[in-house]
Parts: sequence; C-alpha cells; structure tokens
Amino acid sequence: MKLLVVVEGRQVAPRFDLALEALIVGRFGGSPVDERDILLPGPSADELCGLILKEGVGCVICGGIEEAHYQYLRWKKIEVLDRVIGAVKDVLPLALAGDLRAGAVVRGREG
Amino acid sequence: MDRGGIVLPAPFCSPTLLDAFPFGVMLLDGALRVVAMNRFLEAWTGRSATEVCGLPGELVLQHGVAERQQFFASVLRDGEPVSRDGDIIDRNRRRFPVRFTVSALGRGEDAGQGVVVVMEDISLLQDLDRGGLGGAVSRQGILGHSPPMLEVFELLPILSQTDATVLVTGETGTGKDLLAEAIHKGSRRASHPFVKVNCGALPESLLESELFGHVRGAFTGAHSDKPGMFQLAQGGTIFLTEIGDLPLPLQVKLLTVLDDREFFPLGSSRKVKVDVRLITGTHRDLKQLVREGRFREDLYFRLNVLRAHMPPLRERDGDVRLLLDFFVSHFCAALGCREKTFSAKALALLLGYGYPGNVRELRNIVEFAVTLCRAERIEPEHLPPYLPAAGDVAGGQGDGGSAGRQESNGVPVSLGPQPQTWSGIERQRILEALLRCDGNRSKAAAVLGWGRSTLWRKMKLYELE
Repeated sequence: MKLLVVVEGRQVAPRFDLALEALIVGRFGGSPVDERDILLPGPSADELCGLILKEGVGCVICGGIEEAHYQYLRWKKIEVLDRVIGAVKDVLPLALAGDLRAGAVVRGREG
Repeated sequence: MDRGGIVLPAPFCSPTLLDAFPFGVMLLDGALRVVAMNRFLEAWTGRSATEVCGLPGELVLQHGVAERQQFFASVLRDGEPVSRDGDIIDRNRRRFPVRFTVSALGRGEDAGQGVVVVMEDISLLQDLDRGGLGGAVSRQGILGHSPPMLEVFELLPILSQTDATVLVTGETGTGKDLLAEAIHKGSRRASHPFVKVNCGALPESLLESELFGHVRGAFTGAHSDKPGMFQLAQGGTIFLTEIGDLPLPLQVKLLTVLDDREFFPLGSSRKVKVDVRLITGTHRDLKQLVREGRFREDLYFRLNVLRAHMPPLRERDGDVRLLLDFFVSHFCAALGCREKTFSAKALALLLGYGYPGNVRELRNIVEFAVTLCRAERIEPEHLPPYLPAAGDVAGGQGDGGSAGRQESNGVPVSLGPQPQTWSGIERQRILEALLRCDGNRSKAAAVLGWGRSTLWRKMKLYELE
C-alpha cells in the first residue's frame, strides 16, 4: 500500500489545502520502498485529491483538512490520518509500522 | 516568571487570565514555539495546552494567512504589531475566517522574547458584510422560504436571546447542527466557543472522558490531564447531538451538571465549575425512549425547556428548487467549472423526488450531478441511478419518491404491497437497495446517498438486521 505524507519543510504540513509538497512512500511489510517527493504546481486541495487517487494511495497523513475533502477521500476508501503534528522523519516510521493515529503529536529528539 | 524563555510577571502567565479573553490567545517564545494558550484555542484545536507546549505555533494552529511561514517571525523581528485576516481549520475539520493580531513581547533590548497571537472568529462579521443575516432566505447558512422554515427563522432570535436549554429535533440530514450553531452565533455567547459532541459516536467510557475530561492516571493510557468538552466550551455553547444515544449512566451525570453547573472529571477529586449553555439534538422520539426506559424522564424534562423542530424536506414546499440552485452554484464554484443548469426533465425528476435523506441527500445528489456532468445542462443521466425515472414521479414533491414506482434502479421490485407510511416507504427503499447490492451494506449506503452509519442505524430502527 502507498502512503502519502503532505509535507512542509521537514514537517507534516499543517494544512492539506495549502501544501506544496507531498511525499509518496510505498510500504512493503512495514518497510519503505520507492520514496518519491512531488512538488505541486500550487496549493489546491482538489488537485491533491486528484493526485492521491491517480497514484492509488491507500493512506494520507496530513495536518488540518476540511471536512469535504476528508469525507471525499474516505468515500474513496482512503484512510486519512489528519491533525498529525511532527517531523516527517519521525512520523513516517510510525505510519509504516501501523502505529500512527489521527491527531497524534509526534515529538522527535529535537522536540 | 520564566515560561520557555519568556520572562513575564506571574499574573500575566496565569491560565485564568488567558482564559478570560473572549478570543483565542497563544503565547509563543523567541523560537515561535508554544508557551501557553487559552481554553478558547484548546476548543478550536482540540488539544490541551500542555500537549502542545514546545511545538511550533503554526503547526498547532493549522492556519492559513498571507505569507504564513514568515508571519510570526516578521513580527518578532520588527517588533511592530500586525493584524491580518486568514482562516483556521478546527478540530471538527471546519474552516472559518479568523483575524490574527500578533504583537511582539518586549521592546528595545528585551525585543525578540516572543509574540502573543490573538485570534478572533470573524465569520459573523463576514456574514454581515454579505448581508447573510439580513437576507430573507438565509439565516446563518440555513436556506429556506417555505412556511415551516419561516417558523424556524422566527423562532431563531427567541432561542438565541435566552440562555435556556434547547432541544432540536428533526430527521437525519435536516440541518439540526446548523440550527444549533445559528442559535449560538445569535446569542450573547457568540464570541465564546461552540463545541459539538456526537453522543452516538463513542463508547460510554470514551464519551465520559470526552465530555467531562480526565486527570493523569485516571485509566490506562491517560498520560496527561485532558479537559473535557464542557470545559473547552466554557462561556460558550455545547451541542450534544444524538442525545438519544447517551448511555443511562452518563444521563445521570449530565443531569447533575445541568443542575449544579459543576462536575468531577474522571479520576479527579476536584470539582470543575462550568458556565456553558446546552443545546441537544436528536432524530429519535425521546418521549418514546422514556416510555421504553432507555432515557431518563427527569433529563428529558430538563432538556426539553425550549424546543425547535427542523422540518423534513418533503414538508418544505418550494425549498427544493431553492436548495438545488444554491448547491449547483456552490459546487460549480468549488470545482472551478462553468455555471450549470438543470434540464426540464432532470428538474422534474428532482422536484418530484421525496429526499428521505433530506438536505444532506439533496446536496449529495447535486454534487454527484455537477461532478458527472461535463456539459452546461444537467440531464437525468447525470443524476444518481437510484432516483426514480422521470415518468414515475408524476405525484410531485413530497410523495416519498419511491412510493408507487414499479422498479428501482432498473431492478423489478416485488416486496409486497406498497407501504403507505413514510417509515414503510423508507424501510422498503432500504430493502430495495440491499437487494440490488446483494446485501453489501457499503454499496447500499452509497446507492441510498447515506453514510454507512446512517444505514446501520436505520436498519436497526426497522429491525432489518
């Protein structure tokens, strides 16, 4: 299954609709395979939803997301772990292990 | 007092002081990390101040404002206060406009200690600018000009002016939540939080913690103190939706809170006092639940001080057309496509349908049609396939949609005589959808335009399990 993390700098982007970058990671037996960084042409929740569907992503990790887009992705059978706060390098291992929950605050060594 | 590098006299860092502001207030240190935030912001973000202490402020706020990444930093650097409009996505995934006023802490040699961010919900102001509050048909986002809706609009200011408990009744999808929020926004508590809790969405143990909070160590996994929704709604309004699903033990506790305005959080020996207005909502017949012994009579009387009923769409003459036009414009704008209109056939079909899922179902149908239709005119083939064919809806609006039709979605239906009551019609629609989807509940829910939980609830109601 593919994971998509909405990224801003080194952090999970606080806003789905304002993000300009996404990281797509394939998951195979709890290990990451085929990591790809995608730069988006502009902030757009609709475009991002389109990308998620096109890429066949199974789980989206993001910060705040509007109800309409959340429900749309859920309707498309995509798991959405929203309101996640933390650095991508700290969040990703938890997600790959299946231990990440919506609303999680993941503090790394740097705090 | 030193909090995260910011040196302020103790009274200025007191949570009581921050909580006294009728706005969201966040204190950030020189690295723009959270030092403190008030209860207002806890309600918006759904996180306690202790949980987010030390995290970058902008990650916690989930805000959108021009030059977002440099906004707080520029105030810290320049020392000049800045006010800017933007928005926030709250814990309920609701985006609303907010005015941010950011001021630096300290001047001269003390500059760069941190910033204080004050956030004001300006959705009411924007509604006023748009004439939304004065409009003849729109009240806080509720649309309608039918006689039953005009009655609701007449009642709205009365409900807003008092501080009494309100019970909002109505079928699923009629807009009970919108009405509750409109009552709050029109009340003297409008500048304080509006907190919504679905009593049917959580098991009893979690719901008690959600409503009343817990202290560290109250149960396994309670790693820190967590304020309950009653505390987060301090000064504002709490809306308990699906109150009919509230477990009996919690009904006792809720009754105590309503009487005494104070309660013990889970595991705590210290009482917490709250000043919160309660609005409850349900699609169930609470009187019937009282008769069945599933709802306390004393609580029912306590909740039923004032009552508002959201009428089902089939009783709202003329509102279907208004809502269709509104949602077409809304979704065309949202999808960035050209304005679309309904063809005469599609319109006849839509006006003749019964909308058992009420406004929510109508909204979903229009979204489906706008998404599917590539042309400027929406034809019957762009509508969800479960709608009856145009020739079957001669009965007009309010006929229940499926009553009297010979087939559903192209599949002949022979489930016995046509029912005469609305419940019977709805029960039959569910059976038809389940038959068509070979018993697959997810697919049947999609066909009916409902969420899975609505289908499950209705199946329980009609004993179809």
